[in-house]
Amino acid sequence: MALAERNTTGRDISSGAWWDVTRIPLSFWVGAVVLLILPLIAGDFILRQIITYAMILGMISLSLMFLAGYGNMVSLAQMTIAGVSAYMVAIFGTSAVDTISLGWPWWAAALAGIIIATIFGTLTGAIAVRTEGIYTIMITLAIAAGMFYLVRQNYTLFNGFSGMNQVGGPQFWGINWRDPVPLYFVTTVCAVCAYYGVIYVSRSPFGLALQGVRDNARRMGALGFNVTAHRIAAYAFASFIAGVAGVLLVWLNGQVSPGTIGVGPAIDILIIAVVGGLAHPIGPFLGAILYVLLRTFAIDVLVALGLGGERFQLLIGLGFLLVVFFSSDGILGLWKRFRERGNRDPLTGENRDA
Amino acid sequence: MAESVAARIAATGTANALELRGVSRMFGALAALTDISMTVAPGERRAVLGSNGAGKTTLFNCITGDFPPSSGSIRLFGEDVTAFPPQERIRRGLRRTYQISLLFTGLSVLDNVYLACRGVSRGRFSMLRPPRNDALLASAEDLVEAVHLTPQRGTLVANLAYGQQRQLEIALALAGAPRFVLFDEPAAGLSPTERRELIEILTGLPEHMGYMIIEHDMDVALRVAEKVTMMHNGRIFKEGLPQEIEEDEEVQELYLGGGHGGH
Ligand SMILES: Nc1ncnc2c1ncn2[C@@H]1O[C@H](COP(=O)(O)OP(=O)(O)O)[C@@H](O)[C@H]1O
Ligand SMILES: [Mg+2]
Repeated sequence: MALAERNTTGRDISSGAWWDVTRIPLSFWVGAVVLLILPLIAGDFILRQIITYAMILGMISLSLMFLAGYGNMVSLAQMTIAGVSAYMVAIFGTSAVDTISLGWPWWAAALAGIIIATIFGTLTGAIAVRTEGIYTIMITLAIAAGMFYLVRQNYTLFNGFSGMNQVGGPQFWGINWRDPVPLYFVTTVCAVCAYYGVIYVSRSPFGLALQGVRDNARRMGALGFNVTAHRIAAYAFASFIAGVAGVLLVWLNGQVSPGTIGVGPAIDILIIAVVGGLAHPIGPFLGAILYVLLRTFAIDVLVALGLGGERFQLLIGLGFLLVVFFSSDGILGLWKRFRERGNRDPLTGENRDA
Repeated sequence: MAESVAARIAATGTANALELRGVSRMFGALAALTDISMTVAPGERRAVLGSNGAGKTTLFNCITGDFPPSSGSIRLFGEDVTAFPPQERIRRGLRRTYQISLLFTGLSVLDNVYLACRGVSRGRFSMLRPPRNDALLASAEDLVEAVHLTPQRGTLVANLAYGQQRQLEIALALAGAPRFVLFDEPAAGLSPTERRELIEILTGLPEHMGYMIIEHDMDVALRVAEKVTMMHNGRIFKEGLPQEIEEDEEVQELYLGGGHGGH
């Protein structure tokens, strides 16, 4: 399993003041400018269905990357946790199913969604952390499947098969925040906060200890840490991120149904994280962009080639297979190798800046 | 809470550092430890000798709680810790090193030691990065210095040489304010120079800090310990002052292997 970024630079936990502007890398400014001008150059469809959607999926995958990359815990329940949040927004807020929806204001519904999803995810963690490796995957998959059947069969709370539609979002200052551009900005702010939040926390005592648990759980106990509590806390943190993403997802789609949290989507989150790369929090976002692009345009490509459009899953699968085949650490790994090759001196075969 | 802490401090003033009563440990049908009873006074330095498979490491595992004993009781500074998980024993001042290094290979040397310092203090779950002048960070730097690893402070532990990993192992066990440390063959595989440095570190530890050390090399063991426990087949075979053990005929026969032990 690929592990999260290792501290190879010699930089330690105390390095530099974060407010020092000169320390902000160029990539940050490029990223910021791109994110700011995207709404100007991208149409509504691209903005909504590609970029905003990819950032939401990226956040859910990021919550998995945090658990897997820093804690070596592969959870297949992250989509379910986001789905719980989405359902709660629909149940506590407004929707077309007014026999179920309680009609709370949007912010109260969103808060309820995030809190309940965090609690749900923490409980999932409490069950899962006593197992290791493949058993963690099995248990979290079982929880995901169980939740899927629960919402599909329960009509009193989840409206069963058809789920909840016309879910309301925030409307104030004369803006409908579910419109493409406002929702894009809300999502961007959340995704950027989640991204930097994970980077920041990874170097905090909590994040370092999680990496300690990953590297050697037994030694952590012999240093005074409660390994189980630490793992559960990691689930709580990851669930919070997934919960926020769930709120954004239901605002984006306006609906949530059993299909949102099926086993397929649960596995898609894992694929996104692995294909993007688990070594750095940017990986899940790269994976999500690739996933959404493939999903959206695979049909067109297939039809253009004279093949049946319904085979688009095949093309997605092939794309992922290729990435994983050429790099054990996803797109991140490909990028790293590409850069190393560029740096290599063609005569000596050694890195120029080593 | 405050009461129990006060009671603990009062109790530990007079209590033994370590008290084992009838400790046994089975691995399936194999008795790795059988009916071990021993007492270590506060500040005492004890060497544990015995051939491979004698049960020395298992004894350490039972004391720290890595493996709970199958039967018997363990008191640490007067408090019965038999049912405690490892971290609760560590927070009461117990520390250990491992015969085979257990380090965090994906983190830097300083991060490793910082984790050790953090583990026995508050804020283990803190999501705030420590400020530059953080006291724990400073003590981590001091510990890195004490085991001569300052030049490697930012190095990934996976990239350390064997001897350096052994030194880091010791630094992790000395973090916080240890009251009793278990060293599991810290000298094994070290070069003569590294061995000398190790002895310096051990003899330089503050007087109130007791320890127990597993060491095959009699010369090292006798220089760093005041009392010796000999183990054989999971039992305590002899206990006494170094000279007594060295001169004991049974010990010579069993352990020093007739003639090889002379000086
Ligand atoms: N985790 C374990 N599982 C099974 N047997 C073990 C385990 N640890 C130790 N043993 C057995 O217990 C006996 C004592 O081992 P150990 O305490 O490591 O000896 P020493 O440290 O004195 O060389 C050995 O026979 C060993 O094989
Ligand atoms: Mg041993």
